[in-house]
Amino acid sequence: MAAIEILGLEKTYKVGFWHSRPKRALEPLHLSVEEGEIFGFLGPNGAGKTTTLKLLMGLVFPSAGTARILGREWTDPEVKQQIGFLPEQPYFYDYLTAHELLDYYGQLSGVTGAERKRRIPEVLSRVGLTDVKGVQLRKFSKGMLQRAGIAQAILHNPKLVFFDEPMSGLDPLGRREVRDLMEELKHEGKTVFFSTHILSDAETLCDRVAIIHKGVLRGVGAVEDLTSTVQGKIEVVWQGTRIPASIKALSSECHASGDRVRAVINESQQDVAIDALRRERMRLIAITPVRTSLETYFIEKLQQVQQPVEAAMRTNA
Amino acid sequence: MSARIYYIARNTFREAVRDRVLYNLIAFALLLSGAAILVGQISIDIERLVAVDLGLSAVSLFGVVIAIFIGIALVSKEIEKRTLYTVLCRPVRRWEFILGKFCGLAGTLIVNTSFMAIGVFGALLYVAHKFGRPDAWIFVALYFIILEFLIICSLALLFSSFSSPLLSAVFTFSLFVIGSFADDLRGFARLTHGFTRWFALAAAYVVPNFSTLNVISRVAHEQPLGMHLIVQNTLYALFYTATVMSGAVLIFEHRNLK
Repeated sequence: MAAIEILGLEKTYKVGFWHSRPKRALEPLHLSVEEGEIFGFLGPNGAGKTTTLKLLMGLVFPSAGTARILGREWTDPEVKQQIGFLPEQPYFYDYLTAHELLDYYGQLSGVTGAERKRRIPEVLSRVGLTDVKGVQLRKFSKGMLQRAGIAQAILHNPKLVFFDEPMSGLDPLGRREVRDLMEELKHEGKTVFFSTHILSDAETLCDRVAIIHKGVLRGVGAVEDLTSTVQGKIEVVWQGTRIPASIKALSSECHASGDRVRAVINESQQDVAIDALRRERMRLIAITPVRTSLETYFIEKLQQVQQPVEAAMRTNA
Repeated sequence: MSARIYYIARNTFREAVRDRVLYNLIAFALLLSGAAILVGQISIDIERLVAVDLGLSAVSLFGVVIAIFIGIALVSKEIEKRTLYTVLCRPVRRWEFILGKFCGLAGTLIVNTSFMAIGVFGALLYVAHKFGRPDAWIFVALYFIILEFLIICSLALLFSSFSSPLLSAVFTFSLFVIGSFADDLRGFARLTHGFTRWFALAAAYVVPNFSTLNVISRVAHEQPLGMHLIVQNTLYALFYTATVMSGAVLIFEHRNLK
C-alpha cells in the first residue's frame, strides 16, 4: 500500500493588496510514496517543497486536488495520529522545557500518561537531549531546537514521518546523527518523507527521490536509477604516485592525491589499463563504473526548465 | 475532544503565568488598590465608597489591558512563530485550538481577578475595619467584570484570527471604548431620526454593551442588584461571546497558514 498518494494537489495564492493577483505555488502534483521507504523531496529554495508539506499537513488548503495518507483521506483527523511532522526551522513554546514540550505534544497526540512516561525519556535520549530536558527552550541553540523538533515528530511512534529540511542548522555530527536516525526509522518499518536541498544527504539516505522546481515535478525515481547512467566509463584507482604513459594516453581525467591515483577511461580499455599496471608492478585498488551523481541529474533537470525560459527571452529580445 | 481543549487551555494558562509582563500588570493593579487606602483616608465618611470604586475600577482596567494584551497575540503569535504547525499537524481540530486558547486566557483572567479581588477586599477591610452585608455585592461586580473579560477575550481572538496584533489591539480597544458607552449610544439613537437613528441603533446593538456590565458605582454606593440583572447579564455575555467565538472559528477554519 502507498503511504502517500498525492492526486493532483495544487496551490495558487492570491497576493497583492486586494488579494487579486494569483501566484501559482504548486502545479498539479501527482506523487506516490511507498510504505517503508525513505523518500527525498528535492528542490532549490522556493521550489514548492514546503507548500507541498503544508498541504499534506492541512496547514494550507489546496486550490484543487486531493491526497491519501496511509490509505485514508488526508484531511481525516485520525490520520494525524499516525504521522509526525518536523517543520522547517522549527520554533517551539520557548517557556517550556524539552520535557514539558514533549509531554504537551504527547497529550495532543493522544498518548496515554503511562506511555508518555516511558516514551519521553526514550525519545530525549535518542536525540541527545537528556541532559537538558529541564532547560527552557529559549536557552536552546538552533541545533538543539532541531533535535527537539525531531523528538516531537517521533514521540507518538508514528507510521509516517515528514521532515522539512531536517539537517538545517545542524553541525556535521548532528547531520550524521539525523541520517542515522532516519535509517533507524526505516528499519523500524516507518516511512520517511523528507524535503531537502542538500543532495548528498538525499543520495546517501533515500530509496527514491522526486525533484521539484518552480512548483512543477521534474522527475521521480529510485536514486540508483537516476544515478546509474553509466556513460561507458570506469574509474581505475591504484596505489602510487606515478601515471604510466600508456594509461595517460587512454585517460582524459587523471588525478594523483596522496599515494593514490585515479583515472577515468573507457570501459573497453579496462584490460589495457590493468596490463599496464601489472607491467609497472603497481597495486590495483579498485575499478568502478562511473555514475552520474544525483547532483548532475538535479542540475540537468533544473537546466531543462531554464533553457526554454532563456530561449523565450532571447526570442523576445 | 474535550481533553485536547483542556491541554491547549492549560498550556495557554502556563504561558501567561510564565510571562513577566502579567506580574507587572497585577502589581500595578494591587498598587492602585493600595492607593485606594490613601485616598480613602483623606475622603471623610466615604472611605468605603472610594476604596470599592477605585479598587474595582483597577481590577477592571488592568484586567481589560491583560485580556487585550494577551488575547491579541494568542493566535497571531502562534502563526508568526509557527508554533501552530506542530499543533495542527496532530489530531487537533482548528476549532478545538481556538476554544482551548480562549479557555486558557479566560482561566488566566479569572485567576488574576481573584488575586486582585483579594487586594480590593484587603483595602476595604483596612479602611472600613469590617465587612458589611452590602459588601457581598462586590462579588457580583467582580462576576460582571469577568463576564466583560470573556467578551473582550473573544473579540481579541476574533481580530487576531485574521489581522496583525497591532490592528487587533486597535479594533478590540476601540470596541471596548465604544461598548462602554453603549447605553449613551442607544440614548443618542432615540434622539435622532431617519438613517442616523437606524445606524446609531444598529451600532448600539452590534457593539458589546459593557455599560450594563459595569455596576461598580452602584456597588460602591451600596445599591442592591436585582437577580434579573445577574441572569440577563450572564445570558447576554455568554450569547455575545459565543457569537464572536463562532466568527473567530469560522475565519480560522478557512485560513491558510502561510
